[in-house]
This record gives sequence, C-alpha cells and structure tokens, in this order.
Amino acid sequence: MGKKHSKHEWKSNTLPAFVMVGPVTVMLILLVAVPLIYVGIMSFCTTDAYYNVVFKFSLENYAQLLSPDYVKIYGQSIVIALITTILCILIGYPFSYIIARTKSKKKQLLYMLVIIPFWTNSLIRIYGWRTFLGSSGWLNSLLQFLHITSGPVDFIYKQGTTVLGMVYCLIPFMILPLYTAIEKLDGNLLEASSDLGAKPVSTFLEVILPLTSGGIFSGSIMVFIPCLGYFFVANILGGGNSDVIGNLIERQFKSGNNWPLGAALSIILIVVTLILVKIYQKAGGDMDSLGV
Amino acid sequence: MGHIVEIEGVNKIYGKNHVVKDLNLTVEEGEFLTFLGSSGCGKTTTLRMIAGFEEPTTGTIKVEGENIEEKEPFERDVNTVFQSYALFPHKTIFDNIAYGLKMKKVPKAEIKERVTEMMELVQLEGFEKRYPSQLSGGQKQRVAIARALINRPKVLLLDEPLGALDLKLRKQMQLELKRLQKKLNITFIYVTHDQEEALTMSDRIAIMHDGILDQLGTPTEIYESPATKFVATFIGETNIFDGTVSFVQGDHVQVMIENGFISGIGDGFRFGEYMTVSVRPEKMKFSDSPVDGFGITAFVKDYVYVGSVIKCIVELPNGNELKIERLAGQSLPAIGSRIYPYWNKEDAVLIHSKENSIFEALDNIVLA
Repeated sequence: MGKKHSKHEWKSNTLPAFVMVGPVTVMLILLVAVPLIYVGIMSFCTTDAYYNVVFKFSLENYAQLLSPDYVKIYGQSIVIALITTILCILIGYPFSYIIARTKSKKKQLLYMLVIIPFWTNSLIRIYGWRTFLGSSGWLNSLLQFLHITSGPVDFIYKQGTTVLGMVYCLIPFMILPLYTAIEKLDGNLLEASSDLGAKPVSTFLEVILPLTSGGIFSGSIMVFIPCLGYFFVANILGGGNSDVIGNLIERQFKSGNNWPLGAALSIILIVVTLILVKIYQKAGGDMDSLGV
Repeated sequence: MGHIVEIEGVNKIYGKNHVVKDLNLTVEEGEFLTFLGSSGCGKTTTLRMIAGFEEPTTGTIKVEGENIEEKEPFERDVNTVFQSYALFPHKTIFDNIAYGLKMKKVPKAEIKERVTEMMELVQLEGFEKRYPSQLSGGQKQRVAIARALINRPKVLLLDEPLGALDLKLRKQMQLELKRLQKKLNITFIYVTHDQEEALTMSDRIAIMHDGILDQLGTPTEIYESPATKFVATFIGETNIFDGTVSFVQGDHVQVMIENGFISGIGDGFRFGEYMTVSVRPEKMKFSDSPVDGFGITAFVKDYVYVGSVIKCIVELPNGNELKIERLAGQSLPAIGSRIYPYWNKEDAVLIHSKENSIFEALDNIVLA
C-alpha cells in the first residue's frame, strides 16, 4: 500500500528515471567506459614495424614494464610523490588550521585564495613558474640587480623544481580535506584538553592530530596519486631529469609512438590508484572526501 | 571555611555588549554555588572567566587568594564539566578519564588505580574499553564528571551539565551530583537556567540578570525574600503589584496601586517611594467582604485543579490576573462573583524599586 502510494508520487512529481539519468549514463559510457575498455584491450596488443597497432593478444607490453629503466622511473616517481605529499602536509596543515579556526572575516578571503588558482589552467600556471625561475626570469634578474648573484642561477630542470611545481599544483587537494576535518573539530574538545592540564603541544598531539588524521590521509591520497601522473610539471620544470610515471605514458603515446605499451603503463597506474584508494577505504577513510 | 574563589569588580565587554557588569562575589570553600539566570545573563561567561577560557575586561579573579589572571587554563586548579560533555571521541572511557593524570605525568600504576576508583564513584565499572559514542547521554555525563574530578580540582565548574538529559535522568543526576559534592567536599560552581535545579542542589544561589548579580543567597532567602522584582518573578510563581507608598506606620506599609491599595510589612520605605509588592499564590487569600488594610476587588475568572490545591484565577478591574491557591475541598465562590483579595501582611515581600520616588523626581526637577 505504502509502496503504491510512493510510486504514485514519484510518477506525478518527476520525470521518468531514464530521462533524468539517461544522458549522464550515455555520456559516462561513451567518454569513460568505452575509452577505458579500449585502453585495456590495447594494452594486450602489439605493434608492427611501422608502429601500427596490431590487435593480437600478447603479454609483451607488461613484460617490458619490468625493464630496469622503467623500474628506476617508478622508484623516482614514488620518491617525488612522497616528498610532495609530505611537503603538502607540512605547508597545508598550518594553513588549513588557520583558515578553519580563524574567527575573522578574512576566512572567506583565505579560502578563496586556495580556490582561485583552480580557475586557471594548471599548465599556464606551471609555465608561469618557469618564467619566474628561468635563467632570464624575474627571480634571477632580481638577484642580479641586488648583486646577490653575479650570473643566472639554474633554478629549473632539477628534481627540486619538479617537486616545487607538484606542491604548487596539488596543495589545494591537501588543504581542502584538511580544512573540512579541522573545521569539524569541536572547539570544546580543545578547551576540555586545556582545562585538564594539557599544554598546547599536548593538545595538538593528543586531540587535534588524531581527530584530523582522516583529513591528512585523504589529502595525501589526493596529492600522491595525481603526482604520479602530472607529466607536464616534470616536463616543463624538470626538463627530463625528474620523470614521473605520467612522462613514460605520455612518451609512448607521442614520441615513442608505441600505444600498446603506453596503454599497459596506464593500466598499471590505474591499478596502483585503485589499490591505494582501497587501502584508504579499508583504513576507514571517508570516500566522500575523496570526491569518489 | 575560607574564601576559595573571589571575584572582584569583574566586567566583561565584547564589542558593544556589556556581558558581565561589575561582579563582586566570594565563593566559600566546599559550597555548592549556582549561577542562575536566563540565557545571555552572563552566567556562562562568568564561569568561563574562572576556567580561563575568557579574560575579564577589568577586575580580578582569585583562587585561594592568588590572582589567576596570568594563568592559562591548563595551569589553573579548576576543572570544567561542559554542557556538551566534550568527551574525546577517539579515546576510550578509561583514557578520557585518565587524560588529566596523563597530562600531569602521573605514574601508570597510579593512573590505573585512580581511574578505577573514580569509575566506581560515578558507577561506570566495566565501561573502560568503550568509546563515548557507545554510551548513553547519562553515562557520557558521568564520564565528563569523572574526567573533571580526577585531577582533584579545588573548584569544579559545571556549565549546565544536565541540560541535555531527560527530566527523569536529570532529577536522578541532581541528587547524585549533590551526593558527590558532599562526599568529595569539593567546591562546585554550577550554572543553570533551571530554577528548580538551582533550588534543589545549591547551598547558595547567585541570580544574574542582564550581566548584573541581582541577589546572592540561600534558596530559602531567594524564595522567601527576593531582593528585586526580577528575582521575585524569576523564582517560582508570584503576583506582582507595582505602586507608591501611601502610608507608613512603624513597619506597616500601605501601598497605592492602580485599582486601590494593599498592605505589607517592610523596613526603610518612605512615603511617596515607588516600590513593588510580591505575593506568592499560596500566601494569597480572598474574602467575600472587605478586609482591613486592603482596598482591592477582583472577579473570579477560572479555577484550575492541580492535585491537592486549586488555583484560582481572578481578574482585577484593570484586566491583570492574580493567581490564588486554595486547598482543595473548600467551598468556592461561583465564577464571575466579586471577591476581596488579601494576605497576612508579613507574607508580602516588599521590594524597593530602582526608580526614584515621586519626591526625588520632583527634587531633580526643582534643582534643574
């Protein structure tokens, strides 16, 4: 009886289900599912002498992924991602804490400062850094003008520069979940801790940090995973000295012209990502804060 | 018994809001003192200033004679039970209660002993390994109390601790808190807006109104002889008459009110002074003929039966209603009939008004 009634309401108040979710479903199938399946199939294909894709089953690509040259880049990529994640936590945590706990009217402004860079293409912003840090860039001109250095200093094309670019691009993904976690923190708990005799450091370690660890965790996932794939940062700022897995993929599809190998690399990256997300979920992470 | 907390000339101003106005108050060692008032009266702010979460704009607060202005909350020997309990959700009940001792770096064996003892005291044995989210409201409340008491504070501050509990549990916890306070002999400073709670538990009640301490006294003093009109109306039910002193002979005071005159007993009243008379419904009587000293009439409007008593609602000629309580079983005049309200003169509470008397007002006009 109740079911019938609700069904009636459903029909009278809204469009049929397929009209509402249909377009999105079609879009997702065409733009996400089909290409992904295509990439998956291609990863098991080979190429002929002219680098045309030959649809013939083979595990050759996956075997090639284990070559020492590639393994070295996986390792380098993971190191860059780890350093980036740690730096994002160290810089992002105090910043998030300030914007989440401030009572001043500048809260909105501070929050916007994190959001606004999203409105500009990250490629352009990374080129901005190159202009700023380049041998005839602003920073070098300024240093020479002030007679701090006599000639241009090589700031770019170093692993550190890649990390800088990664941190710059990805820090909002750390700040936003941290902000949410810290803002949810009940101020009474901090007062209670202080009231019971805890000095500020103890309150941080005993109460604030454990209660915001979920934010640190989801922020880390959101920084670490893209960091493995942001090839353009390594390209523009690292100059080939600090490739990440994303560079390998990009190269196979472009200069290498070996799409099946690129597809296999992509599949590996997807699998690694899924494993990390699964670990996050198993550890009690909130899937909503990842945006999945 | 000594003074444990001394509040001297304390003011708290937030921007344009003067939240606490020139508060002077001394709390005695081992007493149960309640700040009572409606929301926004400054009672919680006062508590938070003692705890150290807020700083007085001016004035000093002393604990055991020592000025605590410079001390951070974690350096003060007072502990707080928060209205929202503020239990650490990521810690077990044991760790919550042990928190204060852990911060003081008490040896582990002693922590275990003292926490166990405290859990027995608040009847929470067996809950050590649970988390706050697994407890009921009443149990959380006990944890909050145990956690605040474990450091053996000189003063325990309680900010509406029973506000979130249902009526039955609240009554039970009121008695338990009182029992704990007597047993541990710790000074309790309690904040509530519930007058019944204040009357049941407190040794003394401080009634605050608009940031001002209206009256400080025992529950009996507060109920029997309210110092201000606000206190009279805030505590229990009462009938209020505003008027002017029209005749004084010894301690007998006759007061002119809108529709006649009434009488009472009081000291220090001058002819022409504005004042307020408060008479509790249970002290009010009525007769079918005029009574000496009283010149008011009223009409019976309604009867409400409340168990052993009958509440008579009568209306004065100006439309104001009076409540008069009578024991059930007595004969009652018909609704609509005329009656003459009166009372034993000593049962009326005469309250000086904050306004000037007619003559002072005249003086001011003449001087100006």
